[in-house]
Amino acid sequence: MTLLRLGFLVLLWAFVYFVIRVLRSDLYGTRITAAPAPVPAVSAPATPTPSRKAAAGPTRLVVTAGPLTGTTIPLGSSAILIGRSPSCTLVLEDDYSSSRHARVFPQSDAWFVEDLGSTNGTFLGKDKVTEPTPLPLGAPVRVGQSTIELQR
Amino acid sequence: MSIDTPQVRTRRGSELFLLACGLGIGAMAYAIIGFALDDSIPAEFFTFIATMSVLGLLLHAVIRKAAPFADPLIMPIAFALNNVGLAMIFRISRAMDSDLATKQLGWTAVSIVACAVVVFFVKDHRILRRYTYVTMLSALVLAMLPLVPFLGREINGAQIWIHIGPFSLQPAEFSKILLAVFFAGYLVENRDRLALAGPKIAGIQLPRMRDFGPIILVWVTSIVILVMQRDLGTSLLIFGLFVAMLYIATERISWIVIGFLMFSVGVVAALSQFTHVQSRFDAWLHALDNEVFNAEFGGSGQLVRGMYGMASGGLFGTGLGEGRPTIVPFSYSDFIFASLGEELGLTGIFAILLLYVLFVQRGFRVALGTRDGFGKLLASGLAFVIAWQMFVVIGGVTRVIPLTGLTTPFMAYGGSSLLANWVIVAILLRISDNARRPSPLPLRGATGSEDDGTRRRSAVINDANVQAVDPHDQPEQNTEHFQWMNQLDNAGTQVIQRRDVISAQEAPATTDAQPVAPGGESGRPTTAPTPHAAPSFPSARSAQSQGSPRTSPDLPAVPQPEQDHTPPRYSRREDSE
Repeated sequence: MTLLRLGFLVLLWAFVYFVIRVLRSDLYGTRITAAPAPVPAVSAPATPTPSRKAAAGPTRLVVTAGPLTGTTIPLGSSAILIGRSPSCTLVLEDDYSSSRHARVFPQSDAWFVEDLGSTNGTFLGKDKVTEPTPLPLGAPVRVGQSTIELQR
Repeated sequence: MSIDTPQVRTRRGSELFLLACGLGIGAMAYAIIGFALDDSIPAEFFTFIATMSVLGLLLHAVIRKAAPFADPLIMPIAFALNNVGLAMIFRISRAMDSDLATKQLGWTAVSIVACAVVVFFVKDHRILRRYTYVTMLSALVLAMLPLVPFLGREINGAQIWIHIGPFSLQPAEFSKILLAVFFAGYLVENRDRLALAGPKIAGIQLPRMRDFGPIILVWVTSIVILVMQRDLGTSLLIFGLFVAMLYIATERISWIVIGFLMFSVGVVAALSQFTHVQSRFDAWLHALDNEVFNAEFGGSGQLVRGMYGMASGGLFGTGLGEGRPTIVPFSYSDFIFASLGEELGLTGIFAILLLYVLFVQRGFRVALGTRDGFGKLLASGLAFVIAWQMFVVIGGVTRVIPLTGLTTPFMAYGGSSLLANWVIVAILLRISDNARRPSPLPLRGATGSEDDGTRRRSAVINDANVQAVDPHDQPEQNTEHFQWMNQLDNAGTQVIQRRDVISAQEAPATTDAQPVAPGGESGRPTTAPTPHAAPSFPSARSAQSQGSPRTSPDLPAVPQPEQDHTPPRYSRREDSE
């Protein structure tokens, strides 16, 4: 009887343990299992690339790490605003990013990244972005917990 | 349009496994009780397993069908707690020779079916937002209902029951859900005014006088409940819920301070005026006094017996069926926590408490994961109300606060409480499904019309005359801003979605038709002050009002009307203001 009594308590705690195990994997982000290797965008018929852009230039901005991993934004002729504010082009849900965190913009056939006075800074590779900096293809830009890069 | 949707694990398998564990806990408890009481497996053991496995599987199937991405933990935790409660009630009803356990099993069936129905038919929690003010009215009416002469009934010193035919209901249980819906709907509209307007005194942002209206209404309601229904519990529950949701919505500590002060003033006033409130406090403060313990009405006998029961349980409890929880009046409802403490001991009670903590944690996690402001507030409000209710109940039973007539969620005997709490489960499941469901589109503005951001920005600048640098200095102006953003949020939940789909689908065409970006960005030097001049919002606030719409995958491709692009979005909204 004592065995049963203690067994019940063990069962209760086992349940708690299982719950926490499920929760743990949720906390550490296995929720998104396959961080997908960004597949070329299937959707848009390839028209949107403005004619003044060289064919070799980047065509999209891809989030490569962070909660929005896999999100791609086609690059047009205008700037992309990144931050938490809903008016941003890429809206991050990230406590480590500012409401208007950074801007990626084209100028004379090249793309630049500019920090907009964010609290935690924007990093191009390992360097903090302090002024509008040319953004080469495939260079990782870290904004809060997310990493973005330009891809062809 | 070009999002590579990440794979989201639904984790329905984990849910099923935990469901089986929860069933096992209940079954084992029944078996132990049977052995302890008459050395055999009781007949109820099989009815229990049959009923609960059918119900559990039914709910699981409905979730798989209707809310496949719902949180996998919420339901099994509630199920397990419900089973523990059922077993305890079975044990007590055997000792008392009553049919409480059968009734409670019936109520459980009704509640779980109701949960399944809500999950199945409420496809989107944002529907609830349409009924913001209707829910407020019905919540207040429900909360006041026990005061209606022939309907209300006084049980155990508190007038919180209504009696209709053979059923008695505790309407406050339902009003807490309705109030959470109302508060969420109300605050998502008004939070910026409540958060930003008003003077700042000693580092604390104070709200304006005219924004006090709703909080005074809720305060009056809770005080009336305290005085007329003699129920500190419901009163605390309603007021605490409102203050907590105000805090979550505005992030202003001042609301908690104000709420606490107001409630204290009300309670102190009620204490000095009404004897029945006094006797409640006497039973709490002087519980161990002889005359208070033996008082015929409103004494502390129940409370003290419960405490002795828990003390006799010790670290590992007397074992199910071995203690004497029935010495305590209402050991199956208000004092089920004391009964569990006696028979399962501190170890068991901590496991149970931890399950509640995990349940609440899941609720807040759902709130974090949701993108629309209404869902965030609703989920956090519902999670908070469970936590708060647990505090009020356990605080009462363990003599931390005065004893109240609230029930332990999921465990205590009582149909209304069970039903209401399972409906909370359903709403949380629904919100979590919407939160975790991979969206077919990236967040708003991420596709198609890239120039939207710039256009809007310039609009904001024109609008605000580029003055607002520190939002705290210019509350009025910023309030306007936030209203504007809020409208985005409001519209975002209903209207914009469709436009986004449209702009997403039409994006290539648009770019073709307007080679020069309409925002004028290209004509401007890149070092233009645009982004810097844009008023810097306190980031937390804007994150809240950020309600990026989620677009349902099956929205039809509506042919795009021409004017969708020509008057830019903002101008329409400002016109309508």
